[in-house]
Amino acid sequence: MLAYRIAANQLRTTRILSVKTESPTVKTFTFKDKVCVRAKPGQFLMFWIPGVDEIPLSILDANEDGAVSVAVKKVGEATQALHNKKTGEIIGIRGPFGNSFTLKEGKILMVGGGTGTAPLLFLAKKSASKATKLVFVIGAKTKKELLFIDKLEEICGKRDLVATTEDGSYGIKGLATTPLESLLTKERFDVIYTCGPEQMMRKVSDLAEKHGIALEASLERLMRCAIGLCGSCVVGKYRVCRDGPVFTASQLKEAKSEFGVSKRDFSGKRIPLG
Amino acid sequence: METVRGEESLSNSRLSVSLAGLRLANPTMLASGILGYATETLERIVEGGAGAVVTKSVGITPREGYANPTIVQTNCGLINAMGLPNPGIDEFVKEIHEAKNTLNVPLIVSVYGFSTEEYAKVAKKAMNAGADAVELNVSCPHVKETGSEIGQNPKILTEVVEKVKAVVDKPVFVKLSPNVTSIAETAEAAVKAGADAITAINTVKAMAIDTETAMPILSNKIGGLSGPAIKPIAIRCVYEIYEHVKVPIIGCGGITNWRDAVEFLLAGATAVQIGTAVALKGPNVFKIVAQGIDAYLKKKGFRSVNEIVGLSHRS
Repeated sequence: MLAYRIAANQLRTTRILSVKTESPTVKTFTFKDKVCVRAKPGQFLMFWIPGVDEIPLSILDANEDGAVSVAVKKVGEATQALHNKKTGEIIGIRGPFGNSFTLKEGKILMVGGGTGTAPLLFLAKKSASKATKLVFVIGAKTKKELLFIDKLEEICGKRDLVATTEDGSYGIKGLATTPLESLLTKERFDVIYTCGPEQMMRKVSDLAEKHGIALEASLERLMRCAIGLCGSCVVGKYRVCRDGPVFTASQLKEAKSEFGVSKRDFSGKRIPLG
Repeated sequence: METVRGEESLSNSRLSVSLAGLRLANPTMLASGILGYATETLERIVEGGAGAVVTKSVGITPREGYANPTIVQTNCGLINAMGLPNPGIDEFVKEIHEAKNTLNVPLIVSVYGFSTEEYAKVAKKAMNAGADAVELNVSCPHVKETGSEIGQNPKILTEVVEKVKAVVDKPVFVKLSPNVTSIAETAEAAVKAGADAITAINTVKAMAIDTETAMPILSNKIGGLSGPAIKPIAIRCVYEIYEHVKVPIIGCGGITNWRDAVEFLLAGATAVQIGTAVALKGPNVFKIVAQGIDAYLKKKGFRSVNEIVGLSHRS
């Protein structure tokens, strides 16, 4: 547990540089931020939509030129308000927060579901030069919701990008976990990175354990303070905002009564994952 | 096992204190509002060395709290307006049960209410579920009709404390707000009504405005300041209270290291609570502070932490 400098990471405002529509429900927002530009894959930031809300978002990209981006799925009032924002409008940023994925060498498998693909794309960019093989399994409900397919294909190559859709409109029909068993039987991977719906990640981690492969998963919870104080995001003995959001297989095992099972609502009550 | 796990230096008698009948292996406690929903989180705080823990404030019915932003990071501490989120006492009793069976340190449940009756009902349920004491939150600065609105009015405060004391048979702590004209008078009222200990202080009413948008940052606009900035205020409050009441005082506000803690003890506190520093230093902050207090006592030749409580009042 490292010390934290509260004063070093105060809210600052910046303007939206660009907005890109990625799918019918997802938009990417890019802005300049001197601090977040040093973010590592897996870290998140708190995004202030003035007068509306402040929400946690995974960092999709941080470039040398100072631009930082996040992918935002329209799921509620706050994300709807953010989707209505245009280039030039003011937003606020705190962060980056949390730990990051560990960059590893060797044969890498990434499993991303929905907007969980965002931090993995960032990771894939950083891992590409280290990996001897990089296979990316991406899952979505339907073809139109498959995110960042072109960029991923550029990084992994067409052969190592495995797409799944629940309705079968593209790639393999099923969930992101559908092709995993056969992939893991065919190839000996050194590490699996996953981010997406928690039930999916639970399944991925069970498979990783069965095949004896190291795993890191990035979790999402209700966040308020983002600095490890309020307790809104706890999973087992861990605080997702400070001890995570990236957890190893053994940490997830310690928290198995909650990982993929339950979360805390706004009142702090434990409720089943939706 | 009464002592902090795996810490030999913390298990000596020099650090142990008695707080209104509760035995603490060392005088550091987790302040209310920090983590404190879940037993597993509290367990980690105890592993980090806390001599006792105080839960989040709990009320009669569930509360979702305010929309984000609920926190502002500043140069000198944090401003928060969480809005007392909690699952309500009927849900929380499960957590109290579990915590009581798991933790090897005193468990204090923080209680708030929107009426005298609510305070009493929640306190009673918390005690029945296994709480070793309750701490009445009459000092939260950012929720209307409870918290500091109770604590700022000596008449209502008296009613609340008396009513709670009438229905419970374990210690009742009262956590006070610095946002009053005379905290010593408030403390006197609480003690006269039966308070077994006084916790001082809760956060200092505060605000932050974003210059670009000209908007208050917190969704509730006003919140409470915690952290190093409020320590001198808290020290003064503890010092004044010590001169007016006989019950133990729990010092709270901006403690991040042993020297801060010792300062509170010298001002008159029997124990200290730590909150914001859990972010600044991590959950082991309790161990670090307690070890520091111990080293200070040893160096100065004191046999017990009790010998320095209120020592600054000699001069």
